[in-house]
Amino acid sequence: MRLVELLRLSLETFRTHRMRSFLTALGIIIGVMTVIAIVSLIQGMNYEVEKQISSLGSNTIFIQKFAFGMGRLDWDEINKRPNFTMDDALAISQLPTIEKVAPSRSRSIGKVTWRSNKVTNVDMSGSTPALAEVGNYTVETGRFINSDDSLRRNQVCVIGGYIVDNLFPYETPLGKRLVLDGKSYLVVGVLARKGSFLGQSQDNVVVVPITSFEKDFAPGRGFGELMYSIAVAAMPKKGVPIEKAIDDVRELMRRRHKLGYDKPDDFGISTQDTIRDIYRNITRVAYIVMIAVAAISLLVGGIGIMNIMLVAVAERTREIGLRKALGATNQDVLWQFLLEAVMLSLVGGAIGVALGLGIAKVVELAAHLKAAAPLWTILVGVGFSAGVGIFFGIYPASRAARLNPIQALRYE
Amino acid sequence: MLIRTDNITKTYMAGTVAVVALDGVTVDIGKGEYVALMGPSGSGKSTLMHLLGCLDTPTSGRYWFNDRDISTLDDIELAHLRNREIGFVFQSFNLLPRLSARANVQLPMLYAGMPVRERQARAAELLEMVGLKDRMTHNPNELSGGEMQRVAIARAFANRPSVVLADEPTGNLDSKTGVEIMRIFGSLAEKGNTIILVTHDQAVAGHARRIIHLADGKIVT
Ligand SMILES: Nc1ncnc2c1ncn2[C@@H]1O[C@H](COP(=O)(O)OP(=O)(O)OP(=O)(O)O)[C@@H](O)[C@H]1O
Ligand SMILES: [Mg+2]
Repeated sequence: MRLVELLRLSLETFRTHRMRSFLTALGIIIGVMTVIAIVSLIQGMNYEVEKQISSLGSNTIFIQKFAFGMGRLDWDEINKRPNFTMDDALAISQLPTIEKVAPSRSRSIGKVTWRSNKVTNVDMSGSTPALAEVGNYTVETGRFINSDDSLRRNQVCVIGGYIVDNLFPYETPLGKRLVLDGKSYLVVGVLARKGSFLGQSQDNVVVVPITSFEKDFAPGRGFGELMYSIAVAAMPKKGVPIEKAIDDVRELMRRRHKLGYDKPDDFGISTQDTIRDIYRNITRVAYIVMIAVAAISLLVGGIGIMNIMLVAVAERTREIGLRKALGATNQDVLWQFLLEAVMLSLVGGAIGVALGLGIAKVVELAAHLKAAAPLWTILVGVGFSAGVGIFFGIYPASRAARLNPIQALRYE
Repeated sequence: MLIRTDNITKTYMAGTVAVVALDGVTVDIGKGEYVALMGPSGSGKSTLMHLLGCLDTPTSGRYWFNDRDISTLDDIELAHLRNREIGFVFQSFNLLPRLSARANVQLPMLYAGMPVRERQARAAELLEMVGLKDRMTHNPNELSGGEMQRVAIARAFANRPSVVLADEPTGNLDSKTGVEIMRIFGSLAEKGNTIILVTHDQAVAGHARRIIHLADGKIVT
């Protein structure tokens, strides 16, 4: 018999058993939906995070009290670690393999005001002029903080676009005096916009000289101090491999901290790659969860399909006997039932793809992610559901094909 | 000779007991014959029809259909034979309930791989032949028993088979409707079709030109 006829025949069941078909396909629907939704969300995240990680600069070394990473941190031990000092930063900058060093401190400040306008929860960094290059900041108008500002502890600041939008909708911000948590600072420059990350503006920032930060915004002792300890971003000289620069920095810091050869580092060094690894680890977990959920629901869905196909074969025993009497070959019958199983799971897979894309779209709108299901996930989803249909449909179909026509015709 | 059997037997195993349904049947039926098969219940009439229709294979003995030894054919060749050379009419009609009369008639042509247009035209022609021209789009549940059996007859003749086998085609019908059905068989036999039908009814058998009596699995004419 021709494929078109077989297809038409296999679609018949959707007309006659609507609810039953839907419930049977539910496992497949959920499995495929999970894959599509999670993959497109992770793809969206990847895009955002990769943009973010690249903006750190592939060649920058971050030296802090502890390295970025996953897993449990021993806070008691970390608290006992010595703080980084400006002298440490200076020593690092004098290494022959290091080009530039930007020490910085950062914290969030409650509010920034100009006249009656205000912005809350602003990220403030205290740093040196080197931050412009090391931290990938571009000045749009005005200037960045300079060495004179650092030296004299000038109360000047460079602000991000979000603050400009909210404080100076109609004026130029340059030359205006802002109030940063009660301290008056002069705006000398505006930073180029970096856009938003996961719906959070990255332009809600203020950069001041690190010396002024120490004077006006240094946090008290305790846990807070740990978070605000100086962090050093360093850039190796041109042509120096980043690993060599990292070795030099580690060597230097161990010497400065007088660590014995058997003692572990009491500071952490991270790079763009470490951060990328952390992110990869998180997404790997998400992928494993997704694969588990999808595999289980496809398995359950497949068993459901096998069950319903066995029911269908039993219900239609007389029909099978009749078709054979009228000239259907075993293969015709096999194909009829196999295609029916495949259609059932394929339609389930298609609904799953649609729902998965829908979920991704909703999350995209809610979380400002560029969620996109790559074509391969759709193909994999549809392919897998077809595979499940074949795998779990072959047994019922071959049972139908092997039925003895006389017994089948006599079946009540 | 269209149908030739040589001493065929059929033994069923019912649990541990062997039931001999056919016990050495030798029969020749030629092209164009109209044969009635009679006999008491359990005498093996249906069993013989199934063997002649290639739905089942004999336990022993030989069967030639159009001079081809059936035992040499594989499953696909047998399906082909049933499709092209043999038409079935059952006591219980056996129409597919979700298909229209026309679609039911088309089934054998579907398995013969006939193109849709040709198939539909032929189905219309066949339904007209059995007097159901205006019922083509009706489903079986919208038809009377006699009408359903007429659809089944149209289906049996779809691929212009060499022989049509009808096992008690009037068994589920009242006598008046039964007569109508027999008239259709009669006129089809008239046109040269080979028909073998099983019946309990002497009057029905009277329409046929040859009667074969079966008792305890043996021919007793
Ligand atoms: N599948 C089977 N298994 C066991 N015994 C069977 C089977 N089919 C038929 N028989 C037996 O074979 C014998 C012949 O049966 P068959 O159906 O051919 O009789 P019949 O002449 O058609 O009877 P009826 O007029 O009642 O339809 C009976 O004794 C029956 O019980
Ligand atoms: Mg019988």
